[in-house]
Amino acid sequence: MRRRTVLLASALGAFAARPALASDARLKVVASFSILADLASLAAGEHADVLALAGPDVDPHAFSPSPADARRCAEADVLVMNGHGFDSWMEKLARSGGRKARLVLATQGVATIRARAAHSHGHSHGHSHGHGAVDPHAWQDASRAAQMVRAIGRGLGEARPAASPAIAAQAARAADELLALDSWISGLFAPIPKEKRRIFTSHDAFAYFGARYGVEFRAPRGVANEGEPSPADLARIIRDIRRENAKVVFLENISSPRVIEQVARESGARVGGRLYSDALSAADGPAATYQAMMRHNATLMRDAMVA
Amino acid sequence: MPGPYDLLVAPFAEFAFMRRALVASVALALGCGPVGVFLLLRRMSLVGDALSHAILPGAAAAFLVAGLSLGAMALGGFAAALLTALAAGALSRVTPLREDATFAVFYLFSLALGVLLVSLGGTGIDLLHVLFGSVLAVDDAALVAIAAVATASMLAMAALHRALVVECFDPEFMRATGGPGAAIHAAFLVLLVANLVAAFLALGTLMAVGLMMVPAAAARFWARGVAGMIAVATAIGAASAYLGLVLSFAADLPSGPSIVLVAGIAYAASVLFGGAGGVVPRILPRAHLRG
Repeated sequence: MRRRTVLLASALGAFAARPALASDARLKVVASFSILADLASLAAGEHADVLALAGPDVDPHAFSPSPADARRCAEADVLVMNGHGFDSWMEKLARSGGRKARLVLATQGVATIRARAAHSHGHSHGHSHGHGAVDPHAWQDASRAAQMVRAIGRGLGEARPAASPAIAAQAARAADELLALDSWISGLFAPIPKEKRRIFTSHDAFAYFGARYGVEFRAPRGVANEGEPSPADLARIIRDIRRENAKVVFLENISSPRVIEQVARESGARVGGRLYSDALSAADGPAATYQAMMRHNATLMRDAMVA
Repeated sequence: MPGPYDLLVAPFAEFAFMRRALVASVALALGCGPVGVFLLLRRMSLVGDALSHAILPGAAAAFLVAGLSLGAMALGGFAAALLTALAAGALSRVTPLREDATFAVFYLFSLALGVLLVSLGGTGIDLLHVLFGSVLAVDDAALVAIAAVATASMLAMAALHRALVVECFDPEFMRATGGPGAAIHAAFLVLLVANLVAAFLALGTLMAVGLMMVPAAAARFWARGVAGMIAVATAIGAASAYLGLVLSFAADLPSGPSIVLVAGIAYAASVLFGGAGGVVPRILPRAHLRG
């Protein structure tokens, strides 16, 4: 008799536990591109499984979602996008998905920088960054990335109220980690005199990095995401490199290397490696996570400045 | 206020990439001029365009196998375009479908295959951008390849000139005298594809045909003989290359489209004022005599 009661109690317990289990189950989160996916996993910790649509080394500007991507969005609980016209295809996927997944804007409440007019991206894929001319690459500043992690955490909490306090705590821990990274980067550049903090690269995606850490970036307009730069542009950057006697120019993982290699040949600078701006590297690369990417970029830049 | 030296010479004196671009595009004009004229005469003007797209799947497949190697992509593109050209040519000879229709089918098929392969690659660099190429990014290897193709093409066109002219204007005669019509045609297609691949290295697939067809069409309004047309087409092509680069440097425009644009302006001027069938000389028959 006692035995049966115990059995019954445990059966009841299992029943009672089921709804709780469902709300404890990990959230299914789909982020538009690799960097944002990593920030989302930082924010969610063990509370979510995060998937990126535009994966490592894939240029989110040039990304076009496949039907499988649409299905992943339809099955997700939360969609995370960057906004500011950077990944507007995500909104379309969210609308066409059928099921209402919660759409979280990662840059909600994050202060923006206006894209410089002379460097208006003009990415030629029908979605220029012309949306109010706001530069979308906010994650290149680790302190802003910390705010993005908090924003994502808030969104995840709203999608799963039961786990909201736990997620908020996790997101706060992750944000603190990123703030530590932020001061590490600041410290890295601190000893370098202001006039040496200048980087020549192939894609103008580092305005936030530059504003936060006091680095000036020069990029020939249109090299990264358009097939054809103008020769006057190349001439300008080659003259700049010669005049300032810069030793190093950088490639980026998402852009074609041919033009910047030509710039290097012509100016006598060497190609100093690969910066990661809009996509992480593959798992075995130097920038497999957001924090690894920021450390990798900052270290390469520092080495170029003191070269 | 920039003087003529600053405008016309200084960009090339100061920057090696401008010199490379000039050498590459002038070499391209030399190789493509004669080929374009014969394409025009054979009423195959759009075949060049079709074949330039047939380069895509070969180049994309080579990219998937060998990575971002321009040599491998050129070889792959050459093989794919040549296969397309020979297959379409052969099919149109044994089936009732005309050559242009066969070419259209093959070109659309290979374009689709190319886009498919590109997306299979799934790498960060948007391969299409690589395929579009840039005359500003021509390196030593590409320059040597372009010059070699132009040289070989001019020599081969000179050797084949008579046979090509006969095959062009009087294929019946060629057949009646037992001339190697099919072989000449095949050789011409090989030259065509080689020039397209060279143009692809410099200008990318999108602009590859521009330096081939536009000067040839313009030349038609200046010369009546084949040799004259070839001379005029080559000259217009080379001048468009130079003026297009000057324009793109001065006005801050992309180079490839600028070159083709200048060639287009030369074409418009030829249509209007050309001595052989131009609009103005026809309306005012003696205008050109009065100067």
